[in-house]
Amino acid sequence: MSENSSSNEYWSANIRLVKFCLVIWAVVSFGFGIILRPLLSGITVGGTDLGFWFAQQGSIIVFLILIFFYAWRMNSLDKKFGVEEE
Amino acid sequence: MEQYTLNLLFVGGTFLLYIGIAVWARAGSTSEFYAAGRGVHPVLNGMATAADWMSAASFISMAGLIAFSGYDSSSYLMGWTGGYVLLALLLAPYLRKFGKFTVPEFIGDRFYSTTARMVAVACLIIASITYVIGQMTGVGVAFSRFLEVSNDAGLFIGAAIVFFYAVLGGMKGVTYTQVAQYCVLILAYTVPAIFISLQLTGVALPPIGLFADHAASGVPLLTKLNQIVTELGFQSYTEHHTNTLNMVLFTLSLMIGTAGLPHVIIRFFTVPKVADARWSAGWALVFIALLYLTAPAVGAMARMNLMDTIYPGGAQAESLKYDERPDWMKNWEVTGLLKFEDKNGDGRIQLYNDSSEEFAATAEANGWQGSELDVNRDIIVLANPEIAALPKWVIALVAAGGLAAALSTAAGLLLAISSAVSHDVVKGTLAPNISEKGELLTARLSMAVAIGVATWLGLNPPGFAAQTVALAFGLAAATIFPALMMGIFSSRVNNKGAVAGMLVGLFFTIIYIFLYKGWFFIPGTNQLSDTPDGWMFGISPLSIGAVGAMLNFAIAFTVSNATDAPPREIVELVESIRVPRGAGAATDH
Repeated sequence: MSENSSSNEYWSANIRLVKFCLVIWAVVSFGFGIILRPLLSGITVGGTDLGFWFAQQGSIIVFLILIFFYAWRMNSLDKKFGVEEE
Repeated sequence: MEQYTLNLLFVGGTFLLYIGIAVWARAGSTSEFYAAGRGVHPVLNGMATAADWMSAASFISMAGLIAFSGYDSSSYLMGWTGGYVLLALLLAPYLRKFGKFTVPEFIGDRFYSTTARMVAVACLIIASITYVIGQMTGVGVAFSRFLEVSNDAGLFIGAAIVFFYAVLGGMKGVTYTQVAQYCVLILAYTVPAIFISLQLTGVALPPIGLFADHAASGVPLLTKLNQIVTELGFQSYTEHHTNTLNMVLFTLSLMIGTAGLPHVIIRFFTVPKVADARWSAGWALVFIALLYLTAPAVGAMARMNLMDTIYPGGAQAESLKYDERPDWMKNWEVTGLLKFEDKNGDGRIQLYNDSSEEFAATAEANGWQGSELDVNRDIIVLANPEIAALPKWVIALVAAGGLAAALSTAAGLLLAISSAVSHDVVKGTLAPNISEKGELLTARLSMAVAIGVATWLGLNPPGFAAQTVALAFGLAAATIFPALMMGIFSSRVNNKGAVAGMLVGLFFTIIYIFLYKGWFFIPGTNQLSDTPDGWMFGISPLSIGAVGAMLNFAIAFTVSNATDAPPREIVELVESIRVPRGAGAATDH
């Protein structure tokens, strides 16, 4: 029973982490890169605006950080709940 | 040394390297053939995934698209990288834990249904074959331009090389060859970009150079570019000119499609542990990002250089005389991918937007009677080093890089096809009692047949090859990705729900594409016109995969909730793939 509730807890911690990362994933690409671009038009970046930077460069950099952050957090969650591979 | 000799040396040298690796990494078992014995280090696997993923389209076409439409092509950049976030968070670790060899195998086991497995096999084969055709034609083009052999001869040489290392080495041979191919292609892409960035902005790193000042004029490069293109009636480079909803859905379709393409997913079966699958997706994106962060700079700088070549004194001054055109134009005129027609007979080249009504008056005042230069977008990357007058060895390196990109993707796709045929169709359904040796032989035979079919299609490319890319992404997005995700994140979705969802996603997407592109891509059979005005809600057939995926999810949940819950052992299977522990054991079956 205790093992079961701990694995539920592990799974819901994972889901929380996934949701957090996916919100950032969507905000930088669909948000800053496309839909919210007009709102960012006042911020100038090298001859254009911040939205252009997010669409062509910024979102890729954020994606990279997100994946490594997720891998690092999950691997420590694995250890915390004792479900990592031997 | 002659350019031709240098090209031969670079291309021949890299081919020898691939063959050497293939001999060293022969596959002896089905586990080695399908999953490289699950012994590939995550960083190497990331490199191989990057080479697998970045095809002739990424290497050759993408920067050209960006060069001509600027911001509006950002969907490719975000879509083809954002998919890796979905892969890392939603699919890769769980599929690795499941510990089998193919995507249809997971779908068949999780939804306890041979029908589901066969639907997945069909989607996989359609998606992969359409993709392979593009790679094979790319190989033919690159060979004919750089080695001056015929298109067909080039195709045969390329097919023979792939045949050798893929059939011999399976996943193991393909993986290690792809690592080498990655190194070749990334050097070939970034070295010329660094030279050009230095020439234009004085900044060595192209992604920074893109936002730096244009050295010759002192204003930011993008401001300068916007100015010169708008002065010639073109749309500005950095502004948004298309429908926002369509751009969002197109980006989303590319992301989901990337995460659902089987040749990418099977790469995550090859790493030793679940934790490695997570890291590996990150490393793959690092290696992909090196090219994708360079591409927008290549696009903008190529456009800038092209404009400067045609209008050396700016858009207001006289344009280039045809007789004084540089050598690269002469070289590409031979291939027919660059065409000049002196419409107003003044002996000079005019390049402007002749479909712009606002610009028509200016053009008339200048005595221009239509844009005279037709530049195929696909030559931008290949011609880039020549446009910037870089040393000859850089041009030879680009030739080897283009071939590496096309060959590595072709090999990955052929592997996905052959493992689906031998493992899912033959062993999974037709002859379950086949021995390991027999299965390995079947895998090699189906690989040989797949290469034969791909070569034949490359020699006789169906007229619709370019349009079928929409189909490949649409199918992967609307069928494979939702099925995999629901299989992992829901223990309630059952066999009926999954099959219904996949079929609805499949037919909805195919029918929408056929309505606009013609039934089975036969020209003239389309009921609706394929223009932004003709699209329903402004959604292009290229973007429909995302809508198909949403329908798939909705139907699968509705049908599952109305029918029996999955049996106990399936619920246990779902619970077991959610935790990493025990993944080692799962492979020894």
